Amino acid sequence: MIDHPVALDPARIRPDFPALAMQVHGHPLAYLDNAATTQKPNQVLEVVDDYYRHSNANVHRAIYELGTRATEAYEGARQKAADFIGADSRSIIFTRGTTEAINLVAYAWGRKELHPGDEVLLTEIEHHSNLVPWQLAVKDTGATLRHIPLGADQSLDLTNLDDLLSSRTRLVALGHQSNALGNVNPVAQIIRRAREVGALVLLDGAQAAPHFPIDVSALDCDFYALSGHKMLGPTGVGLLYGRRDLLESMDPFMGGGEMISSVTLDSAEWNEVPWKFEAGTPNIAQAIGLGAAVDYLTALGMDRVRQTIDDLSAYAAEVLGALPGVTLYGDAATRSGALSFNMEGVHPHDMAQFLDGVGIAVRAGHHCAQPLMERLGVSATTRASFQIYNTREEIDRLGVAVREAAAFMLGV
Amino acid sequence: MNDMRDLYQQLILDHNKSPRNKGPLENSTSRAVGHNPLCGDRIEVALRLDGDMIADIKFEGSGCAISQASASMMTTVLKGFSTGRAQELFEKFHAMLTGDGGDMEQLGKLAALADVYKFPARVKCAMLPWRTLEASLDSQPAMISTE
Ligand SMILES: Cc1ncc(COP(=O)(O)O)c(C=O)c1O
Repeated sequence: MIDHPVALDPARIRPDFPALAMQVHGHPLAYLDNAATTQKPNQVLEVVDDYYRHSNANVHRAIYELGTRATEAYEGARQKAADFIGADSRSIIFTRGTTEAINLVAYAWGRKELHPGDEVLLTEIEHHSNLVPWQLAVKDTGATLRHIPLGADQSLDLTNLDDLLSSRTRLVALGHQSNALGNVNPVAQIIRRAREVGALVLLDGAQAAPHFPIDVSALDCDFYALSGHKMLGPTGVGLLYGRRDLLESMDPFMGGGEMISSVTLDSAEWNEVPWKFEAGTPNIAQAIGLGAAVDYLTALGMDRVRQTIDDLSAYAAEVLGALPGVTLYGDAATRSGALSFNMEGVHPHDMAQFLDGVGIAVRAGHHCAQPLMERLGVSATTRASFQIYNTREEIDRLGVAVREAAAFMLGV
Repeated sequence: MNDMRDLYQQLILDHNKSPRNKGPLENSTSRAVGHNPLCGDRIEVALRLDGDMIADIKFEGSGCAISQASASMMTTVLKGFSTGRAQELFEKFHAMLTGDGGDMEQLGKLAALADVYKFPARVKCAMLPWRTLEASLDSQPAMISTE
């Protein structure tokens, strides 16, 4: 018998999130755009507020009491984030988010290590932030991009993986979970094969980290990127995990204060990892807020977080899938968190507008994955995405409103 | 729901469901493609100019109800207009969508799109066909983007 973790009770969770009590256009807000960004619990808001009221000082520089407090809180957040993904805190670099984390690797590792003839292997379903930095990097270095295709069942098609991976492959970079389809990608299998050809692996964990337990050493990846704002934390902070020896061998990404150990007029020596990569005053309050978000999620238990989001996602697929005219996208076997759909005859933009009219916030568009949209043969989809505070009632409202939108737009 | 009926007036829903002048235009003298990268909307406007007069105008492409209806209504209004009058109407239409009021009377049925200005995210959708028209009237046919 498999022991399932018990899903969380939204009635216990929702009071922690002040934004969820809002009314929108005369309706209770049903916030179903969590893949874009999540709402924040009081536990995070209070820590950020408290930092500015009682500990505000620059980190790593001040001798006085406030500076010590700020530095301890900031480095404490690094430790929490490290524990959250099974890493050593010295391998955690605070960034602005996933985008900056991936760009950091594309510049500091890619510009140095990629050469003509080298290949970077991505997938057809990447978020633009794990595609465009590599397009720029191969343009500068003469390396080549390749892509694991999407199969007919809308999961990654690994049939030709042996052709796509070779001794020329220097890096495999892919999403742990897709923001547009919700698919959890078969990263274990891909990483194992990447190792056989000696390629490094970067995982874009922007959608996975808010959803299920992450252990970078068990995953055996070299880089892992995530965004705080997608996991109940503040905007403006995220992180890059990097294998220590790789981080040591990479040159800095940006120059400035904090990242140096000594500077003359002509040259500088780099600070130790990870500070070597944190030029300038960091987003201190936001990093501390991310630490609080990690505390919040850890206290609930990421196994229960996963169960809760999986249950909601399965229920949404059932409700929307039962509506005539609705097409669901993504791989039904692994899809969770985000559910992309279209209603026949209703453009996703009009769908999202109609849903907003009844207080339901969803996303319409290409979800920063234009090549994927082309592959699916659509210009856009509507996407509902879930977090621990969402309820079945909200999904029921979504189902009713999607049907009403079709009746309204098509006049039937 | 009331809001929705302001935005999606019956005329708009009707033009969306049964767009007028949609399809390829034979013997076109100028054309342009417009693209709204945010939502993936893509519209092509084709004209046949007879001297300075818009003898025929058609559009193709896909998009949301607002951009489709706007394109459809635009083509029905502009047939027989001089390019100068079309440009004037463009200005008035734009003024209406940015909430500058303007001369609603001269806009005729285009006034059905007046409430779009209350939905700032959708102004681009309504403007897309008109911006594409403007590009097609330009001497250099271009690919335009609302971003
Ligand atoms: C899978 C994925 N990767 C990367 C990003 C970019 O994250 P951010 O905008 O926080 O840098 C997102 C979020 O939009 C995402 O969903």
